[in-house]
Amino acid sequence: MARQKLKAIVINRDWCKGCGICVHLCPKKVLELDAKDKAVAVRPEDCICCRMCELRCPDLTIEIQIEEGDNE
Amino acid sequence: MPVKDYLRERFFPHMWCPGCGHGTILNALIHAVEGLRLNKNEIVMVSGIGCSARISGYVDFHSLHTIHGRALAFATGVKLSKPNLKVIVPMGDGDALAIGGNHFIHAARRNIDITAIVMNNRIYGMTGGQFSPLSGPGVKATTAPYTTIDSSFDVVQLAKAAGASFVARSTAFHVKEATEMLTKAITHKGFSVVEILSQCPTHFGRKNKEGDAVNMLNLYKDNTAKLGSKALEEKPHLIPRGIFVDSERPEYCEEYDKIIAAAMKEKAS
Repeated sequence: MARQKLKAIVINRDWCKGCGICVHLCPKKVLELDAKDKAVAVRPEDCICCRMCELRCPDLTIEIQIEEGDNE
Repeated sequence: MPVKDYLRERFFPHMWCPGCGHGTILNALIHAVEGLRLNKNEIVMVSGIGCSARISGYVDFHSLHTIHGRALAFATGVKLSKPNLKVIVPMGDGDALAIGGNHFIHAARRNIDITAIVMNNRIYGMTGGQFSPLSGPGVKATTAPYTTIDSSFDVVQLAKAAGASFVARSTAFHVKEATEMLTKAITHKGFSVVEILSQCPTHFGRKNKEGDAVNMLNLYKDNTAKLGSKALEEKPHLIPRGIFVDSERPEYCEEYDKIIAAAMKEKAS
């Protein structure tokens, strides 16, 4: 199976409560909390699309969009 | 259907504290429902009172927010009158096993086709952190400043003994596993119980020095082990995770339909 390619990490800032679960449990340390304690994707190029942040987020804030029909 | 379509977005951000495991359980449940491609109109969510019970307000299914501990009683009524609907009952540990303990064992005994989710954070969060029957001994709570002396229920053993035909346990850390178990529980015909350990960083974590939500999640990783795994064999004090019961037993609504059919036949002849 070809490796999944990230299209975008969409974070709903209005819903994020800054608990830091996504930041600390991301295997590639893609996310960080900004000055307002909201999650931001600072290293999206490292994302492996495991979607663990999306699934673990207690505030249903994160959506990992994956490039479709790409067979590179 | 995207996950957001199953939510009542107008009520977001939700009322749970930052890092609350209940949000993760809602997330897992929505993913399970989405994976099964269920129609929103086929699902009824019935909940009682407590932090956990607020979940019914956030999902765009048919929903009933009922009285403390009695969610399963209401759900039994819904299921008997509309057996075609999928009935999901999320409950907290106190809601399910203290206030609603009796309803819980009898719903399991009847094996009525309901999915019960026990969102176990081992404390009454909404009312300020009192200990619950699932806290266990040696736990600090607002009502137990010198630690509790009460033993806790084992939800899995209790559900098993009462007759539930599907019993599983997971945690808010193991989201993929939890989603899988919820999927199986929803499709299972009969009373299914899924216990999901959920962190309460605000009350349980703070009182018991378990740190923040991330730390509590890591404790779930360290203190649990998969059923049948080597880790569990070597360290039997770990909390086992997995599917404990998956059996077939006559389902309550079907048995009731048989009684109706028999009675109508007698009346007609």
